[in-house]
Amino acid sequence: MQAKIHLPDPSLIKEELINKYPAKVAKKRSKSIVINDPETIPEVQANVRTVPGIITQRGCSYAGCKGVVLGPTRDIVNITHGPIGCSFYSWLTRRNQTRPESPTDENFIPYCFSTDMQEENVVFGGEKKLKQAIQEAYDLFHPKAIAIFSTCPVGLIGDDVHAAAREMKEKLGDCNVFGFSCEGYRGVSQSAGHHIANNGVFKHMVGNNNAPVEGKFKLNLLGEYNIGGDAFEIERLFEKCGITLVASFSGNSTVGAIENSHMADLNVILCHRSINYMGDMMETKYGIPWMKVNFVGAESSAKSLRKIAEYFGDAGLKARVEEVIAEEMPKVKAIIDEIRPRTEGKTAMLFVGGSRAHHYQDLFTELGMTTVAAGYEFAHRDDYEGREVLPSIKIDADSKNIEELKITADPELYNPRKSEAELEELKAKGLEINGYEGMMKQMVKKSLVVDDVSHYESEKLIELYKPDIFCAGIKEKYVVQKMGVPLKQLHSYDYGGPYTGFEGAVNFYKDIDRMVNNPVWKLIKAPWEKEGAEALEASYVA
Amino acid sequence: MLREGLTINPAKTCQPIGAMYAALGIHGCLPHSHGSQGCCSYHRSTLTRHYKEPVMAATSSFTEGASVFGGQANLLQSIETIFSVYDPDIIAVHSTCLSETIGDDLQQITKKASDDGKIPAGKYVIYASTPSFVGSHITGYANMVTGMAEQFAVSTGEKKEQINIVAGWMEPSDMREIKDIAKAMGTKIVLFPDTSDVLDAPQTGKHEIYPKGGVTVDELKSTGDSKCSIALGCISAEPAAIALDKKCKVPFETIDMPIGLSATDRFIVSLSKAAGVKVPAEITAERGRLVDVMADMEQYFHGKKVALFGDPDQLIPLTEFLLDLNMKPVHIVSGTPGQRFEKRMKEILERAPYANFKNGLNADMFLLHQWIKNEPVDLLIGNTYGKYIARDEDIPFVRFGFPILDRIGHSYFPNVGYKGGLRLVEKILSVLMDRQDRTALEEKFELVM
Repeated sequence: MQAKIHLPDPSLIKEELINKYPAKVAKKRSKSIVINDPETIPEVQANVRTVPGIITQRGCSYAGCKGVVLGPTRDIVNITHGPIGCSFYSWLTRRNQTRPESPTDENFIPYCFSTDMQEENVVFGGEKKLKQAIQEAYDLFHPKAIAIFSTCPVGLIGDDVHAAAREMKEKLGDCNVFGFSCEGYRGVSQSAGHHIANNGVFKHMVGNNNAPVEGKFKLNLLGEYNIGGDAFEIERLFEKCGITLVASFSGNSTVGAIENSHMADLNVILCHRSINYMGDMMETKYGIPWMKVNFVGAESSAKSLRKIAEYFGDAGLKARVEEVIAEEMPKVKAIIDEIRPRTEGKTAMLFVGGSRAHHYQDLFTELGMTTVAAGYEFAHRDDYEGREVLPSIKIDADSKNIEELKITADPELYNPRKSEAELEELKAKGLEINGYEGMMKQMVKKSLVVDDVSHYESEKLIELYKPDIFCAGIKEKYVVQKMGVPLKQLHSYDYGGPYTGFEGAVNFYKDIDRMVNNPVWKLIKAPWEKEGAEALEASYVA
Repeated sequence: MLREGLTINPAKTCQPIGAMYAALGIHGCLPHSHGSQGCCSYHRSTLTRHYKEPVMAATSSFTEGASVFGGQANLLQSIETIFSVYDPDIIAVHSTCLSETIGDDLQQITKKASDDGKIPAGKYVIYASTPSFVGSHITGYANMVTGMAEQFAVSTGEKKEQINIVAGWMEPSDMREIKDIAKAMGTKIVLFPDTSDVLDAPQTGKHEIYPKGGVTVDELKSTGDSKCSIALGCISAEPAAIALDKKCKVPFETIDMPIGLSATDRFIVSLSKAAGVKVPAEITAERGRLVDVMADMEQYFHGKKVALFGDPDQLIPLTEFLLDLNMKPVHIVSGTPGQRFEKRMKEILERAPYANFKNGLNADMFLLHQWIKNEPVDLLIGNTYGKYIARDEDIPFVRFGFPILDRIGHSYFPNVGYKGGLRLVEKILSVLMDRQDRTALEEKFELVM
């Protein structure tokens, strides 16, 4: 794939990005900045430590565990064990929407729970306070589940949150209590926290309820956190097609749904980075295959629905999916035909997440825009280069610290939903069964791929490429906009959305059109600052 | 139910974010978070959401190894990286619960950085110890401001005709207003920290990593020679004034943050006495305008019950102002602990013996919500998180304090001074009168109010 627009020489740009760094830093960064070739994908250094002192986008393990994976499920009481800050900052800031089925259903998402650890707890241990907090949460709310999240000091002082959880679970009797050792210093980014969360949810929740689930085509939606209502749109499409959603991991979800999720016959994965572990573990233990899908982009949504129908291999479902697509697409087409002349030929950069920087490229393609540079904040090599590189990824000290669960087939519940031969046949039809091809195959030749982009590099990239839009998060938002370039937040969607499915695509087209063509960007210079402006010299004649 | 272990919906956050905010009020300074990446990311995100401005800061990016072996190597490397890549004049390092639990000694590490030649000539690294398991974001702010005074102030032996004003935690707009008042009074002040022209920077088409504003190193050095200091707030500002007195013998006076009429009166009196200047007519006129509105609109304030939550140095004068407006502050909550705070609040609340007041551990918004359910109020004042209570209980709501994530204005329009008082009065009246307009029976719907 060649770019339709002229791209500057990426090797010169790469040089420019690293030449200010001290030699050792430059050497390290140069391995994370690569020039793309979709035919022969180059190796990208990813999931390695950020150099101390570099202004990075990255957060921590706690953010990945509590904030990303567990946060969106509405009926768990999530207690942060630590000083007050971590719970405060992760309080409602990720916009995980949820819709309880009735007004009396539990929804703890608007709450922030913390043990507010004090100096004496750090000195003498905080387990007693933690158990007290669990008891108080139980007495006040009687939740189905209480999850405990360890912050940095907890691991250092040796509080055993797992033992405390076990003790309280036994004591309370009708409340599932479990802990996560997701201290902020584990791993190199949020990614470690995703893995820790996957392990905990799998161990303590999945498989707790073997009640059969009604429905002909039953699946789980993995790695969809319902930011801005994304999951609602996907739920709408599933319902329209007659597909039964057993559980979402974890947007608009419930404890009950997750406990019952092993009754599904397929796991579809949206955000590969944050949840692929769950797909693998459920496949091994229960025989449920997982398939990579993407509901970001109208074409991708249609494609994903078709893949799901193909997986179930049912003629009725296939026909229904086609009907739904035929019903949805004209609305999308009408909007894109109107907007595209205004966005065609423009350029975008995406530096965000562990999946979004890939999938949102589909929407830009639909708008006729080219992604000139992209990268993830916390992804691994497989998210860039595809899962076939997994065997060649070196496990370093930081990854080794994250537990790898040893999973075996469940003696009673293991039931391969498809035979090996059937899976091969599906793969041959282009279904990404237990696979993910990564971001780079989709990007144009000579585009730039930068992992864990630094503040310094993003400013340089903007200076050199002058993109029409930059996608990242809140910390980058106003830095980039001060440079006169609109920034679309792809964590919080700038408080808009949904962006998934057909309705989401339309929302996104409209938002990007509004942003790149907004008159405000032409109003930055005052009349007297513009080049060629006549000096404002006034003289009054008396 | 009395809770001892569980905090629900806190009315405070942790020390480091306060230190980061304070450090942004030094010109050419890059705040540095000595801990895991998450801390820095969370603080930058929260400050960015509050100001809708770039908030630059770096991190020591601790991993498990650093947590076991100590963070010295990470901090030394950070200092080297930051000076070569981001070229600030000053790095202001604050600790986190992680580095404090390990026992990293910032003084020793910065000394080592200096001994190893990692701090270029003419550049500085300052530090503040800000363990998250002590106090609140207000404590962290106070600790960093104290660090500025302790580590920069020099006494040359020659007194300067200037007054230090130590800003308690307030907005850039408030700091700008303090400077404008001082200018109108004809007094020379050094205000620190000063986030105006940093966190309210104009759109120019260019990102300045170190914007125009902030107190300069020279100004901070000169604070040791000032004739006196006025600390605006007994919790967030006084510790720095004490430090200056200890180090450079600069006498100080601590007064409430000038929010509302009476506290602003005291500020003007203190400043005029300290500088030996008369209060100019324009300030008296500004005061008169505020009192005029208070008198003209008194019927809308009278007897209205108010619940408020937030930070000590702002709550103290705000409560007093509500009493001056003849309103009834019935519920007051702050997560920030401190006996000074309790004592001062009790003095103010002598005029309101009916009030519920709790601060420190478990003084959270869940408690406030329970109090409101028991005794409903006409108005809620607090940060953005209050919108959930306001919506549940259908209470008119004025956003005030930190953080405000869903409205603008706080960066640009002050709450301090008589001008700030007018703004508060306008905001309070607007929500109360909008409510009246929205709910009035048709025959009771008033054109003139």
